[in-house]
Amino acid sequence: MPIKNALRAATALGLLTATGAFAESHSPTITIATVNNGDMIRMQGYTDTFTEQTGINVEWVTLEENVLRQRVTTDITTKGGQFDITTIGMYEAPIWGANGWLVPLDDLSAEYDVDDILPAMRSGLSHDGTLYAAPFYGESSMIMYRTDLMEAAGLEMPDAPTWEFIREAAAAMTDRDADINGICLRGKAGWGEGGAFINTMANSFGARPVNENWEPQLDSEAWAETLTFFTEMMAESGPTGYATNGFNENLSLFQQGKCGMWIDATVAASFVTNPNDSEVADSVGFALAPNKDGVDKKANWLWAWALAIPAGTAQEDAAKQFIEWATSKDYIELVAENEGWANVPPGARTSLYETAEYQEVPFAQKTLDSINAADPNNPTVEPVPYTGIQFAAIPEWAGMWGQVSQEFSAAYAGQQSIEEALEKGQAIMTEELEAAGY
Amino acid sequence: MARAVTSQRKAINTAIAWTIGFLIFFPILWTILTSFKTEGTAIADPPVFLFFDWTLENYAVVQERSNYMRFLWNSVIIAGGSTLLGVIVAVPAAWAMAFVPSRRTKDILLWMLSTKMLPAVGVLYPIYLICIELGVLDNRAALVIILMLINLPIIVWMLYTYFREIPGEILEAARMDGASLRNEILYVLTPMAIPGIASTVLLNFILAWNEAFWTLNLTAVDAAPLTAFIASYSSPEGLFFAKLSAASTMAIAPILILGWFSQKQLVRGLTFGAVK
Amino acid sequence: MATQHSRSAARFMMAPAVILLLGWMLVPLTMTLYFSFKSYLPLRGGDLGWTGFDNYVRFVTSSAFWPSVITTLVIVGGVLVITVCLGILLAMLLDQPMWGQGIVRILVIAPFFVMPTVSALVWKNMFMDPTNGLLSHLWRFFGAEPVAWLSEVPTTSIVMIVSWQWLPFATLILLTAIQSLDSEQLEAAEMDGAPHLSRFFYIILPHLARAITIVVLIQTIFLLSIFAEIFVTTGGAFGTRTLTYLIYQRVLESQNVGLGSAGGVYAIILANIVAIFLMRIVGKNMDA
Repeated sequence: MPIKNALRAATALGLLTATGAFAESHSPTITIATVNNGDMIRMQGYTDTFTEQTGINVEWVTLEENVLRQRVTTDITTKGGQFDITTIGMYEAPIWGANGWLVPLDDLSAEYDVDDILPAMRSGLSHDGTLYAAPFYGESSMIMYRTDLMEAAGLEMPDAPTWEFIREAAAAMTDRDADINGICLRGKAGWGEGGAFINTMANSFGARPVNENWEPQLDSEAWAETLTFFTEMMAESGPTGYATNGFNENLSLFQQGKCGMWIDATVAASFVTNPNDSEVADSVGFALAPNKDGVDKKANWLWAWALAIPAGTAQEDAAKQFIEWATSKDYIELVAENEGWANVPPGARTSLYETAEYQEVPFAQKTLDSINAADPNNPTVEPVPYTGIQFAAIPEWAGMWGQVSQEFSAAYAGQQSIEEALEKGQAIMTEELEAAGY
Repeated sequence: MARAVTSQRKAINTAIAWTIGFLIFFPILWTILTSFKTEGTAIADPPVFLFFDWTLENYAVVQERSNYMRFLWNSVIIAGGSTLLGVIVAVPAAWAMAFVPSRRTKDILLWMLSTKMLPAVGVLYPIYLICIELGVLDNRAALVIILMLINLPIIVWMLYTYFREIPGEILEAARMDGASLRNEILYVLTPMAIPGIASTVLLNFILAWNEAFWTLNLTAVDAAPLTAFIASYSSPEGLFFAKLSAASTMAIAPILILGWFSQKQLVRGLTFGAVK
Repeated sequence: MATQHSRSAARFMMAPAVILLLGWMLVPLTMTLYFSFKSYLPLRGGDLGWTGFDNYVRFVTSSAFWPSVITTLVIVGGVLVITVCLGILLAMLLDQPMWGQGIVRILVIAPFFVMPTVSALVWKNMFMDPTNGLLSHLWRFFGAEPVAWLSEVPTTSIVMIVSWQWLPFATLILLTAIQSLDSEQLEAAEMDGAPHLSRFFYIILPHLARAITIVVLIQTIFLLSIFAEIFVTTGGAFGTRTLTYLIYQRVLESQNVGLGSAGGVYAIILANIVAIFLMRIVGKNMDA
């Protein structure tokens, strides 16, 4: 008897599944894969406005950054066609564009005003001069610091401080009894987490990951100096367990008032100054990312989260319409109207920084200055054969630098010495680059 | 006198067992409690346990952001469908192994278990390509079949161990009475094996519900179950303990409730033939 | 009792399950083998031709290989030891007369229902976080310096998390086994004045042997492929990279499907070595 029932239930289930597939409505529906960052979540909230205007329905696949990356990469390389729009970064856009996997965004409407996109962002998301992904928001990195703690320490933050000053200030601001760490920085393994940070810091110490001939340079003096400086400073003034802290962990530490300084993405500025989330909203100052005294490169990166259309989608027109809407000036105004200017997606458009209301936002100018100070074509003191600042835009970078940053994190956690970490990193890079034929 | 000792011992047992039970359960309890706090309260130092302003705000935020019911429904269909299908395939096989054993029966059983050892991530690309070829990406039916295959060895093995405990004489008696093989299975064997089947179904429902690799990698929208729902709440920007707790509670609550209500059946059958 | 007729019927009845599993094993296995001899780099355009045993050589000679095998064995072994030992103690405790046994049992089995991703997220953020985690509050309350669990003792932390998830399973099976123990036999031993310890070693433990075998076997199968717990907590850093995780890094982070497939073949070999090893040691308990 139960078997008969089970069979019946199974048949019913099968039918249900089958009919579900045909029950789709006829108006076009686009599927968008995106990362679960605050600005994207906000965009989802405004989707109804877009659907009202255009009649296009939108389905969201929202995933955590690492899961999203693996998901969309699998889908695009196999031409799975699961997504009509995917959210990608500055690392993926040129590589995927070069492979012909993305629809070129070269016929956007006049009113979209593609020339308004910040030049740094536009070039980072293009391959051979063709734009493949439209920036939803862009970022560099800068120093966010507590003005009250700085004052209490009797120091004044220069506009463009040196690492030596940062270390001194961090030590002065640290108050272990009050649970205040002078400085919070990323130590978490991952090429886009601590790996990205340490690479920019190394740039500002005059180091470079590879030389012009793609030969790894982790055995250089400058790299040893960078890591030594970093670990010593973090031991003096950083939080416990910083080797597992990434962007999110540091953001909550800063918002809870447990950090004196934090050098990280410029988009964080609007989170730490938002009184709803941050206990220290009214005492945050900003400064350009530091450099080692005498080195003419600052430790700031360049990144954008951008929307791109996988080649072969059946919904290309609808997808383009959505991208034009989501990265338009009108969208920025829509968010400004409802949530205030401080919460609009930053770093994508020149016109935003020319808007009078936005110029009053405390971090606007420093964000723009930081973005302008970043030059992906010229990231290091000595020449390198790649473009990109905290990464090199080659397919092997993510896997290779991910492993290297794991070795670094193990050194931060005290499991191995800096020399060992650099030695292993050098070996990993040699192996990977050789295997890839560089 | 003896009674007093027993009752004293019983009290001690009770105290120890409850303490340990509470400790083991505590992470879940803490998650549920945190889901009713504000983000600020969630990280309060010192932590607050019960005396805070309870709020449903996190659940509202989560519900507004994602269509929970669709994820839930997909989880139910995928876990339920694969379990049901698995049992249908496994019952005859387990019957044959239990009542008509041959020299190779044990080898076949162990071989079946060994198919579970292939690391899933190693075959992601091949399976993904096959699914594209068949046009079944983001398809519930495909996931039902894949999860059925993943859990089939466990289902066969569990059923085999129950069936083996059923005395053969009863079957022989039925056969004497002229019952056909089909009737023998349907009317004699199955009723006796109901507890075993019930716990097999429960265990595999849980395993399928919690499977997070294929359900995440082969779905997008239409077939995405609760494992994909959770992937959109892990480590967002800023303070997130309370919202994470709310999403976690929503993801585990259905299976937790089902498990609690049916724990007697689950426990009764969860022996894998370990008891003779 | 098995006639020729019932034998062929039996074969017929086993066929669907065997054929399905054969397919499910052979198709991916063949494809893994196929890819493992190829240079297959999705980001460089996909299939770049045959490479012989290059992938196999590269995978084994990579400095990450042996540490990952050891980590795998340490995590599997650690979780097995903890869940079996605590499982026996817990099962014996739950077997004692007490008030509210049903409720305690509900509390104890609850972790088994929690998705691995959820349990990893909850442990990582709400318990093991060095600043806001409950454990760090607890440590500070007793005046100790909070432990940065996931960077200072990463492997132990992961073993703890996974053990928490699997302890209920072990406990339940062992409990069922203990409950089936002939209480007269135990009482007789008690009458004879056999001390607790020898009662445990000479009566209870032998009786549990079969149940322990089952727990070890089933858990090993699942533990060899744990992924979410590592992905969420350490991302494979600090020496917590298991073989499964290494393959994940090769396939998805480095986007080298050929190399990852070769790793997959090694993982299958390792799993079978472990399986044979298990069968040898505990196999005799499996007999009917």
